[in-house]
Amino acid sequence: MQYMLLIYADPSAAPRSEAEGHALYEAFQTFTKDLRSSGTFVVGDPLGPATSATTVRVRDGKLAITDGPFAETKEWLGGFLIIQASSLDEALEVAKKCPGAKYGSVEIRPIVHM
Amino acid sequence: MCICNSRERVDRCFRDDAGRTVATLSRVLGDIDLAEDVLQEAYLTALERWPRDGFPTRPSAWILTTARNAAINRLNRERTGRDKAERAALLERAIPVSDVAEDDDDMNGMPDDRLGLIFACCHPALNVESRIALTLRTLAGMSTTEIADALLVAHATMAQRLVRVKRKIRDTRVAFAVPAPERLPERLNDVCTVLYLIFNEGYTATSGDSLMRHDLCDEATRLCRVLAALMPAEPEVLGLLALMLYTDARRDARVGADGSLVLLADQDRGRWNGAQIAQANRALEEAEKHRVLGSYLLQAQIAREHSVTSATDVDWWKIAKVYEQLEALQPSPVIALNRAVAIGFACGPVAALALLDALPRGELDEYYPFHLARGDALERIGRVSEAIAAYELALERTQNVAQQRHLRSLIAKAR
Repeated sequence: MQYMLLIYADPSAAPRSEAEGHALYEAFQTFTKDLRSSGTFVVGDPLGPATSATTVRVRDGKLAITDGPFAETKEWLGGFLIIQASSLDEALEVAKKCPGAKYGSVEIRPIVHM
Repeated sequence: MCICNSRERVDRCFRDDAGRTVATLSRVLGDIDLAEDVLQEAYLTALERWPRDGFPTRPSAWILTTARNAAINRLNRERTGRDKAERAALLERAIPVSDVAEDDDDMNGMPDDRLGLIFACCHPALNVESRIALTLRTLAGMSTTEIADALLVAHATMAQRLVRVKRKIRDTRVAFAVPAPERLPERLNDVCTVLYLIFNEGYTATSGDSLMRHDLCDEATRLCRVLAALMPAEPEVLGLLALMLYTDARRDARVGADGSLVLLADQDRGRWNGAQIAQANRALEEAEKHRVLGSYLLQAQIAREHSVTSATDVDWWKIAKVYEQLEALQPSPVIALNRAVAIGFACGPVAALALLDALPRGELDEYYPFHLARGDALERIGRVSEAIAAYELALERTQNVAQQRHLRSLIAKAR
């Protein structure tokens, strides 16, 4: 079974110094390296900042393009991971170790293969 | 043999093992709804075949195998939408025939899957209302209507809630298993919380006309006994069982002839269930052997102190001491209130009032027992109008009709 981990960043809990930011980066490196070596990792990467987002909607055949998601959202999607796990409990163990969980939140969703 | 007799025999075979069979099927299928459906299908098949072909020598094995085959058929039929690989994996996990082909048909010879089911139903990834409903549905075997009525929720809402939570368990693959040792204390606490909430909802119905709903108390106690039998070395489970037994032993004395609330100190102790108190004593002594202080064990110790034969024999200092340990374990304004009340009983109403007024007001201000305790202390020292004002504040803060009636009678008496 595959699960997607949506890693949300909370600006109010973001790293406060460059050193802390660097430590977070290192923590992510170690985290994904461990996932790769255990065969849990499928794919995953950080995303560009929310300010780089563009949203597309098609309504009645008409295209609407807007800049960014809603600016007032407190948390924004900062990265994602797809992992292989046998149960939600296993996925929870991975999410718990995700460095992003300390700074924002990690949402777990099962992937439904079409 | 006449048809109605065979029907009774089929019924009995299914009823006796239903809880464990649903648990086993849920584990192998990862889907509680499907497990319930195929068990029902197996039942209908048995009703048709057993009277005709004779009763199987191993009914439990027959039921499991028939239900499994029904599940495989159904999964094969519904080969649309969700991916085939997922489906094949589900089928692979279905009970291999060898699992049920043991020599004896004694369910006791099989690992009890109810434990895994309990942990799945009380999983922290599910919201608390759903955990309670699902536990009552799958482990207590209550129908959706019964659960809805017991929890005072509309039938359709409850049905929806159960569908949603079963779907979440299936789609996210919540494990039907006892958690790993490092996660066990926390997860077991989640399970105890659900059982405790069910018991409490029965004991102090938060709304509605009657003070208690005994069916919920009975189910919670029964489930706690099952849990204690399955995990005999867990002191908190035994502590919780003792707490439920002590509390429930007073149920008959707690409600007056007119349905009103009778306080502990005024209860006719002769109406307490002595046999149940003895059972509680045994469970608590067993729990205490582990020498680990948990919150349920401590609450049971308090309940034991209250269970002495005469109200004047209650050792309030001892109770205050246990509340202190409880507060150290899990600081809470309600526990602080109870400790203040216990010391108040040991030292008299003047001390009680001073202690109550020294508590941080915040959350307590919305909690009716706080105002009730203040009213009681004020009345005892003769500050009647203030006492009435406190009772009125309490009255505004409870929705339970019996509690409201009790408060109104206190106000009337004080006047």
